[in-house]
Amino acid sequence: MTGEIHAHLTRVTRVYPAVAGNPPVHALGPIDLELRRGEFFAIVGPSGCGKSTCMDVLAGLAPPSEGEVSFEGNPIRGSVPDGVGAVFQEDASFPWLTVWDNAAFGLRRQGVDAAEIRRRVEYALGFMGLRDFAQAYPAQLSGGMRQRVCIARTLVLQPRLILLDEPFGALDAQTRLLMGDELLRLWRETGATVLLITHALDEAAMLSDRVGAMSARPGRFLETLETGWPRDRDSSMLEGETFGHITGRLWQLLRSESQAAMGHHPDAAQGGTRREAG
Amino acid sequence: MSRSSVYAIDIALVVLGIVVVWQLLHMGAGDVAISSPAATALRAGELLLSDAFWPHAAETGLALFYALVIALMIGLGVGTLLGGHRLSGDVAEPILVALYSLPKITLYPVILLVFGLGLEAKVAFGAIHGVIPVTIFTMNAVKNINPVFLRTSRVLGMGPMQTATHILLPATLPEIVSGLRVGFSLTLLGVIIGELFASHRGMGFLVMRAIGTHDVTTMMAVTLLLAVAAVLIASLLLYIDNRLHRRV
Repeated sequence: MTGEIHAHLTRVTRVYPAVAGNPPVHALGPIDLELRRGEFFAIVGPSGCGKSTCMDVLAGLAPPSEGEVSFEGNPIRGSVPDGVGAVFQEDASFPWLTVWDNAAFGLRRQGVDAAEIRRRVEYALGFMGLRDFAQAYPAQLSGGMRQRVCIARTLVLQPRLILLDEPFGALDAQTRLLMGDELLRLWRETGATVLLITHALDEAAMLSDRVGAMSARPGRFLETLETGWPRDRDSSMLEGETFGHITGRLWQLLRSESQAAMGHHPDAAQGGTRREAG
Repeated sequence: MSRSSVYAIDIALVVLGIVVVWQLLHMGAGDVAISSPAATALRAGELLLSDAFWPHAAETGLALFYALVIALMIGLGVGTLLGGHRLSGDVAEPILVALYSLPKITLYPVILLVFGLGLEAKVAFGAIHGVIPVTIFTMNAVKNINPVFLRTSRVLGMGPMQTATHILLPATLPEIVSGLRVGFSLTLLGVIIGELFASHRGMGFLVMRAIGTHDVTTMMAVTLLLAVAAVLIASLLLYIDNRLHRRV
C-alpha cells in the first residue's frame, strides 16, 4: 500500500525524567513511523512498552525527548493540532452532561453555530446507535455505550487523524468485536487516517491495513505487517485463514517481548536473540 | 404509592416521633426545664408575628450570609490551589484535619479581642468554622479529578479558562456542594455560638436572654425556629448534593 504521508515520527524517543529519587524512564524509541493518509494503522505490543506514549507524542500531548513529529507536513510542538481527534481507554464522557451535550461539547467550545451543531450531533449519535439515548446521562449507560459517546464527541469534530488508545480495552470480547465493526464503518465513511493502540492481537489484525509490532520498553518497532484486507471489511474476516496467519505472526514477534515485559528472560531460557528495532 | 408520597410519610413519621419524645421529656422534666411542643410552637408563632423578633433574625441571617460567603471564597480558592499542587495538598491535608478537630471555641476570646463585640466577631467565628470543610472538600475534588478529562480538554484545544469553567468546575461541583453542605451547618454553629457568648443582637442572644430571665418557652421557641430554618436550608443543599452525585 502506498500513499501520501499524513503524519510522521522521525527518530522519536521519549524519556520520562527522574521523579522522587527514581531514575529516568526511557519509555519509547527511537522509532520512525509514517502514517499514510486514509489508512488504518494499529500498534500492538506488551504492557508498558510505550504504545500510549507513542500516541501522546503524535497527538501533541507529550513532547518527544528527541526527534521530530509532524502532521500534514507541519511540526507538532506542545499542542494538539487542528484536525486530530483522540479517544482514550478510560471513560472520558462527562458525567454532568447528557449524551447529546457530550457529543456537542467540542463543537460548542469551537463556537460552531447551533444549526450545524444539531446537524453533526444528530448524525454522529445516529451513526453510533445512540439516538434513543440522547437525553440520558453517562451513568445510565453501559461501558461500551459510554465509549461510543466519546467516539461521537470526536467524530462530530470531523478529524482527519483519529487516535484511539485502547478504546475497547475495558469491554468484553463480543462487544469489542461489534465496536470494531462500527469503527471500520466510521473509518470508511469519514476517510480519516486511524491509529489504533491495542494490546489485542486479534483486534489489530482484524481492523488494520498495517500493524506495527512493538518491543518491550523502550518501545521500538520490531516489524510492520501489511494485512492486505480490502477496505470494505468487517469482523467476518476472523473466519478466514489469513487472519490466523497474521495473528500467528504477531504472536511470534511479541511472545518473547511480552515475557520480557513480565520479567521473564526468554533469551536465557531458550538461547534465542532479541530482534532489533525494525 | 408514589415515591414522593412515601418520602412525605417518612418525614411526617420522623416529625411525629420527635414531637412524641419531646412531649414525654416535657412530662418527665416539667415546664421548669422543657416547655411542651404545643406551648413552644405557640410562642414561636408569637415571635414570628412580633416586630421585635425580626431585627434579631436579620442579624443572625446577615452574619451567617457573610460568614458563608467568606468561608466559600477562601475555601474554594485555597482548596483549588492545594488540590492543583499535589505536594502542597499532601503537606496541608493533615494540618487542615488537625485544625478541623480543634475546638474552635478556644479561639473566641482572641476573635473578640480582634473584632470586638458585634457583627464582625460573629462573622469571623462563623467563617473559621465553615472554611476548613469547604477547603478540604474542594482540595480533594480538584486532586481527584479524572485526568482523562484534562487530556480531553487538551485534545479539544481548550484554553485554561475554558477548561476551568467547562470541565474543572462541573467535575468538582458535586464535592464542592458536599463541602458547602457541611460548611453551612458548621458556619451556622459558629455564628450561633458567637451570639450565645458575646453579642447584643441575634438569635443566640435571644436564647441567652431567655435563659437569663428563665423564660424556658421563649428559649425553646427560638431554638425551634433556628432548627426549622437550618433543616430547611440543609435539606435543600442535600437535595442538590444528591442530584449532582446521582450523575457521577
